[in-house]
Amino acid sequence: MSSINYSEKIPNNVNLSEDRTLQRALEGWQPNFIDWWDEIGPEGSTNSEVYLRTAVSVDPQGWAQFGHVKMRDYRWGIFLNPGESDRKIHFGDHKGENAWNDVPGEYRANLRRIIVTQGDTEPASVEQQRHLGLTAPSMYDLRNLYQINVEEGRHLWAMVYLLHKHFGRDGREEAEALLERRSGDADNPRILGAFNEATPDWLSFFMFTYFTDRDGKFQLCALAESAFDPLARTTKFMLTEEAHHMFVGESGVSRVIQRTCQVMNELKTDDPAKLRAAGVIDLPTIQRYLNFHFSVTIDLFGADESSNAATFYSSGLKGRYEEGKRVDDHQLRGQTYTVLENKGGQLVEKQVPMLNALNEVLRDDYIKDSIAGVERWNKVIEKNGIPFRLKTPHKAFHRNIGSLAGLKVSPDGKVVTDSEWNFMKDQWLATDADRAYVAGLMGRVVDAGKFANWIAPPVMGINRQAVDFDYVRFN
Amino acid sequence: MDMSETIVIKQHLIDPEICIRCNTCEATCPVGAVTHDDRNYVVDADKCNHCMACVPPCPTGSIDNWRQMPKVKAYSVAEQLTWDVLPGELPPEALVESVCEPTANASQVDSLTEAVTDPQTSSLVAPANAAAPKHESFSATLPPWSAAHAYTNLYGPKAADKTITATVTGNVRVTEVGKLGNSDYDTHHIVLDFGAMPFPVLEGQSIGIIPPGLDASGKPHHARQYSIASPRNGERPGYNNVSLTIKRVLEDHDGRPVRGVASNFMCDLNVGDMVQVMGPFGTSFLMPNHPRSNIVMICTGTGSAPMRAMTEWRRRLRASGKFEGGKLMLFFGARSKEELPYFGPLTSLPKDFIDINLAFSRAQGQPKRYVQDLMRERAADLAPLLADANTYFYVCGLKAMEDGVIDALSHIAKGAGHAWESVGAAMKREGRLHFETY
Repeated sequence: MSSINYSEKIPNNVNLSEDRTLQRALEGWQPNFIDWWDEIGPEGSTNSEVYLRTAVSVDPQGWAQFGHVKMRDYRWGIFLNPGESDRKIHFGDHKGENAWNDVPGEYRANLRRIIVTQGDTEPASVEQQRHLGLTAPSMYDLRNLYQINVEEGRHLWAMVYLLHKHFGRDGREEAEALLERRSGDADNPRILGAFNEATPDWLSFFMFTYFTDRDGKFQLCALAESAFDPLARTTKFMLTEEAHHMFVGESGVSRVIQRTCQVMNELKTDDPAKLRAAGVIDLPTIQRYLNFHFSVTIDLFGADESSNAATFYSSGLKGRYEEGKRVDDHQLRGQTYTVLENKGGQLVEKQVPMLNALNEVLRDDYIKDSIAGVERWNKVIEKNGIPFRLKTPHKAFHRNIGSLAGLKVSPDGKVVTDSEWNFMKDQWLATDADRAYVAGLMGRVVDAGKFANWIAPPVMGINRQAVDFDYVRFN
Repeated sequence: MDMSETIVIKQHLIDPEICIRCNTCEATCPVGAVTHDDRNYVVDADKCNHCMACVPPCPTGSIDNWRQMPKVKAYSVAEQLTWDVLPGELPPEALVESVCEPTANASQVDSLTEAVTDPQTSSLVAPANAAAPKHESFSATLPPWSAAHAYTNLYGPKAADKTITATVTGNVRVTEVGKLGNSDYDTHHIVLDFGAMPFPVLEGQSIGIIPPGLDASGKPHHARQYSIASPRNGERPGYNNVSLTIKRVLEDHDGRPVRGVASNFMCDLNVGDMVQVMGPFGTSFLMPNHPRSNIVMICTGTGSAPMRAMTEWRRRLRASGKFEGGKLMLFFGARSKEELPYFGPLTSLPKDFIDINLAFSRAQGQPKRYVQDLMRERAADLAPLLADANTYFYVCGLKAMEDGVIDALSHIAKGAGHAWESVGAAMKREGRLHFETY
């Protein structure tokens, strides 16, 4: 069960060949996926051979096999974590019942919506990142970008499999639509806001993979608790791949910081103008990027009070982060949770029913996890003896979703007037000038082991290979 | 004499500077040994069973860190949660000291696969190559042209001093087997210190150990020869000590139970005990020292001792940044991962430093694989090395491996369009092919 059949057109560990209808449906979707990849996938990558990790089975030894492959020939397939034979639903109204292997009719629409929303983010990020290969700061980084791209592609496959297998004709139509929407397209955009933002430069990319892929981690963790067993098993395997994406983000930003600190110490200055003249990204600019990506990403968790969130939880479709590790009744009726509210221009706390606040619960877990990584970045600055610390902004800062949407709040959590906001916003959020400066630094480095001036080399290579290994071969 | 409780574990740790807290290790661990707080992911030494399931899924490599620790002083979960950086390896003396604290009375060295090579426990008399006819025609009698000068027979029958006294400064088990079920079937890494007395050695040399007491016929035991497992500047750099990799002999060549006198004497030694030593021996199984010289190492079991010595010397040179080493390629066979000395440390060497090929002949559920099978698989890489005057081949292990290795080399040479007889003879002449089997 755990080994993957590569002799089939679509590698899978779900016995696809035993379900001819499904197999034909997916084989029909496959060329459309390849067309999508060719049209809007990584630009200029067709002939490159990339040192990629491919799963050959879902057990720990088998899923990380490395070798040089052309991305177009990457074996996208369908892999589910092994199932538990008598898994029980462990939260919500159905707690204690057997987990579902098929979709209960009454939850069909909601489950489809959850899967489509998750699935839509996967191709979206590939589209957002499609130009980045042309300005990769090293072959190591280019390889990491491509690894993320192919795995986002595989995550799309994972969601499409669920749609085709469990949602009939509706599912097939949704699967087609996933290939038709386009990130940032005015007429047919991706579903979630953050996935329509451009990823114009590598600092944005690292911030995106740190903050936004971490949202992916939390959403996948919540879905991995689902009573719908195929969804739980699929997302569990996706999480293993998602980890690499967050690694790229966390280590990427860390290396940018390391390089900046190094130049600050060489030049003995913290003057952004001098540092920019020296071709590195000053720490205040990094802070402004951070503020932007953090605030845009926490919007992804949805409205702070949401009856949908309550329904998803009570009906067993989506749990909380680490649901299985929590010690409460896992039903949450009658419990409350603290959310922030805009009351007459002031932020005030209020207690709301916890079931309605589950988006906020997940957001708060996410924020805690994000802060831990930002502290790692601060360790790099501290090690370099520089008295500057990065900080995640207040969760009411720059929000566009939920009851805090549109409220003007400073990064340290004070409500400000419109004129104060307009006066200060260029110090809080990356400006066009910041982005133009960072964009100006971008340029492709193609010599193995060489790195652009604005970023430090990594501590170690991929799969214990050397840093100057030929991660990408251009043909 | 009583032995003190000396349990050394190889503790699995996560590097907090590199870890990104992605949770894959915790999700993967089948025994729940990984846990975390807001700051760090850590491994509970009491739960971790070294199954390695968490290692491949880790995106950062931070999971792959190991420290040799006295079990009683293993880093606790609470302590690890406070770390910003990973502590270094304990220096050998600290390890030895803490191991030898009289905390208990039973004694058992219980180290896992840490830095110990398996000494070749040949139970033969001193320079002990009862050479097999086949390999003799190809085994060089001269060292590589860039070998360092080897001192030999400084202590022995013809020397002023017949023996030199060495002090045991370390003794730990280095195979996974022997740990479970109280079995004696194990391999030890033993460190001997010569104090102020001269005992200069090179990688590939061996020494003789004289077990105390008399044999069945009332004569003193003859010496047993063991390959040195440490580099020329000491098991601990800058110290006058050597290490040996010694496997207990529990049966004779015909499988009858016999406890080897010397190997059991050595494996049961305590820190502080004295041992009578002869040697050093060996003038040809020596490593090249010129820049960009390549070394191909083929070994089984405790035959890894000289390979560990050469690898470690190259590793230290590389760390110094002053030496441009060539390729290192290792073919290493054992019955199973659990019986392979140094399995842990070996697998954590960087891939651009050494190309490691492991063959297990008794791995459960897998076909038997021997070093010669792996060599054939790597023919494309070995063929140019055979032809390269800067590449030196070393074979060490049980006599039974010789024929297979020579057949594989011959097959590879033929595949590249060369006659093995002439390639092999040239390698012998140039000091490029060395056998040490027992």
